[in-house]
Amino acid sequence: MSMEEVIPPVRVATAEQHGSDTLIEVTGLHADYGFGEGSVHAVVDVDLTLHRGEVLGLAGESGSGKSTLAYAITRLLRPPGIITAGRVRFRESVDLMSATEHELRGLRWNEIAVVLQSSMNALNPVLRIGTQFADVLRAHQPGIRQTAMRQRSEELLEMVGIPADRLHSYPHELSGGMRQRVMIATALALDPAVVIMDEPTTALDVVTQREILQELTALRDRLGFAVLFISHDLSLLVEIADSIAVMYAGRLVERGPANAVYRAPRHPYSLGLLNSFPPLHGPRRTMEGIPGSPPDLRTPPSGCAFHPRCRYTFDKCQAGPHPPLLAVDAGSRAAACWLQDGTRTVPDELALEVFS
Amino acid sequence: MSEQHPAAGGEPEMRPVSVSGNGRGPVLEAKGLTKHFPVHRARLGAKVPVVHAVEDVTLALPAAGIIAIVGESGSGKSTLARLLARLIKPTAGTVLLDGKPAVAGRRYARAVQLVLQDPFASLNPVHSVRYHLARPLQVHGLADGADQKGLDGLVTGLLERVALTPADQFITKYPHELSGGQRQRVAIARALAVQPRVLLADEPVSMLDVSIRLGVLNLLADLRARDGLAILYVTHDIASARYLADVITVMYAGQVVESGPAAVLTDEPAHPYTQLLLSAAPDPDRAAPPSLAGRGAPPNLIRPPAGCRFHPRCPHAMAVCEQAAPPTFALSAAHSSACWLHALDLTADQSRPLQGRDRTSGHEPPQGPGEEKQPSTPNAST
Repeated sequence: MSMEEVIPPVRVATAEQHGSDTLIEVTGLHADYGFGEGSVHAVVDVDLTLHRGEVLGLAGESGSGKSTLAYAITRLLRPPGIITAGRVRFRESVDLMSATEHELRGLRWNEIAVVLQSSMNALNPVLRIGTQFADVLRAHQPGIRQTAMRQRSEELLEMVGIPADRLHSYPHELSGGMRQRVMIATALALDPAVVIMDEPTTALDVVTQREILQELTALRDRLGFAVLFISHDLSLLVEIADSIAVMYAGRLVERGPANAVYRAPRHPYSLGLLNSFPPLHGPRRTMEGIPGSPPDLRTPPSGCAFHPRCRYTFDKCQAGPHPPLLAVDAGSRAAACWLQDGTRTVPDELALEVFS
Repeated sequence: MSEQHPAAGGEPEMRPVSVSGNGRGPVLEAKGLTKHFPVHRARLGAKVPVVHAVEDVTLALPAAGIIAIVGESGSGKSTLARLLARLIKPTAGTVLLDGKPAVAGRRYARAVQLVLQDPFASLNPVHSVRYHLARPLQVHGLADGADQKGLDGLVTGLLERVALTPADQFITKYPHELSGGQRQRVAIARALAVQPRVLLADEPVSMLDVSIRLGVLNLLADLRARDGLAILYVTHDIASARYLADVITVMYAGQVVESGPAAVLTDEPAHPYTQLLLSAAPDPDRAAPPSLAGRGAPPNLIRPPAGCRFHPRCPHAMAVCEQAAPPTFALSAAHSSACWLHALDLTADQSRPLQGRDRTSGHEPPQGPGEEKQPSTPNAST
């Protein structure tokens, strides 16, 4: 597939001009798979903000809707997936939900780049790495000179720790880790403000994963892009993210600074999830994880979607509506749990001080 | 040691962990187990290059003990599990069951069962749970004389052992009607059907959702505590190995590099590769980003590096590491490491750091109890 077609960059007011650092603002986003009765609500009423230079970790199990959310934000969701409600604004000026296909193409890659889990398999096996870089650069920067293109490609590869002569290699000549690095380099080719990464290191060995994460952090510090980092591995997110949003059955159940969510979770699901990762230090003790399994979204439980697995559940959880994200800790964070509505005694383990 | 998880809701209870070596000999042993896979079929007179997948692995699994085999992809850990299951023939070395050379066959299969990683692939989609569990009972003659009702009773008992209750609800289900965790429990129940004494579990939880992994790990711990099942737990996740196992054995490029009691090995790793693995593992309690000592990737196993297979990546590599494979040094009764850094009698020429390696971290053993460090035979379990 060639990308000879030229995509003009869309002029977007920069953050400096606006005096704000909000890059992506998601409000009330809903996404379904299928229409009408049989439809599955994969993303329900999600509010999320990504700031400039921030690493936002989105945690959730398979089927929690975290990838659907990423696709919906970038308008990459394909049928039968449909966005049914909500607003996504980029840099407080562009409405991504009403943007035309033409506008979107200008934004994607230039401003918002995406790296997917299996994206190391997204490289074209019959083209050299250099050719694939050139495709991207030519499509988005029409009229770019051959030498400039070459220079930029070499720079990009070296940026992710791969020798520049690998531009002549074919994808099968690179290891999985190197291919994933190439995908990260292509995502950064046009200096985007936002990089959305969906389980970018999950398929890799732990040492390679760590190397890539360290490179990514260094690049973020140097280039200042923001990252929406999607992963099932909450313990990893705690290490690399500035803030964390936890999803369960299509909804955000907790949102807050990474350290606070780790030290003092406010939602029973976050607490259970954190207790599902055996620690590398300290005395060995029995851990319980979370009983039951994630719900089938075709037949979601009544009330709070987590109540069948929750050990703190009471009548309102089952009968009442799904709890909204309630502000806790003076609004610095939020949790979607009726325990946090201010009228109840919160169990000690869900009311820990953040700095103790 | 660092503190307990701050979010853990109290009541720290120790799982009863029987220390391995309970007087009785090991149930299952590997002695110098080696597997070389030819890269292609041999042509007449031609020497076929081989992949050195598993090289000279010796370990002993005691009754009611849990050994974790930890390694990255390509380290040979799954090949080792298959060798122990006698699904593939070793190039060299022996497998001993109760101290006697094991013969592949039905009797061996009754004693040693394998549980695979992917419960979506290891169950037959056209058969019910009842069929999956009744079949091994019939094949191994464990349900002889039982009528349909008696057979169902045995199957129900198996389902209850893996906590799939109410069992009469699960017995008629098909794999697609079960969640990943439930499928893996059925796969474990199927292995338990023949009353094995050893369970070889090859990455049994890595395909499962995070929140249900612990449930399956706890099930394995229960089976050991309740029924005295010995378990070989193969995993890439060293944190879960620390959680479940008595002994962790770390493999790199087909060889065992370090073996020791789970908590000791993770708290005080002796081999540079184990240290690398631990520094790369996710750890929210880490104060500062880890520094990785030993970047790069595992070697090509068709032509593995001479000497120590880790030396091209090792920050402490010395001249001797290029020349000779390190013997296994006993650091304590149960802790051993195959690294030249533990040798005390190296000449100045042998301990010369390789070019480009950090002299400052030179010849000091990376850590380690100061006990006598003498070469010993590999000593994986006792």
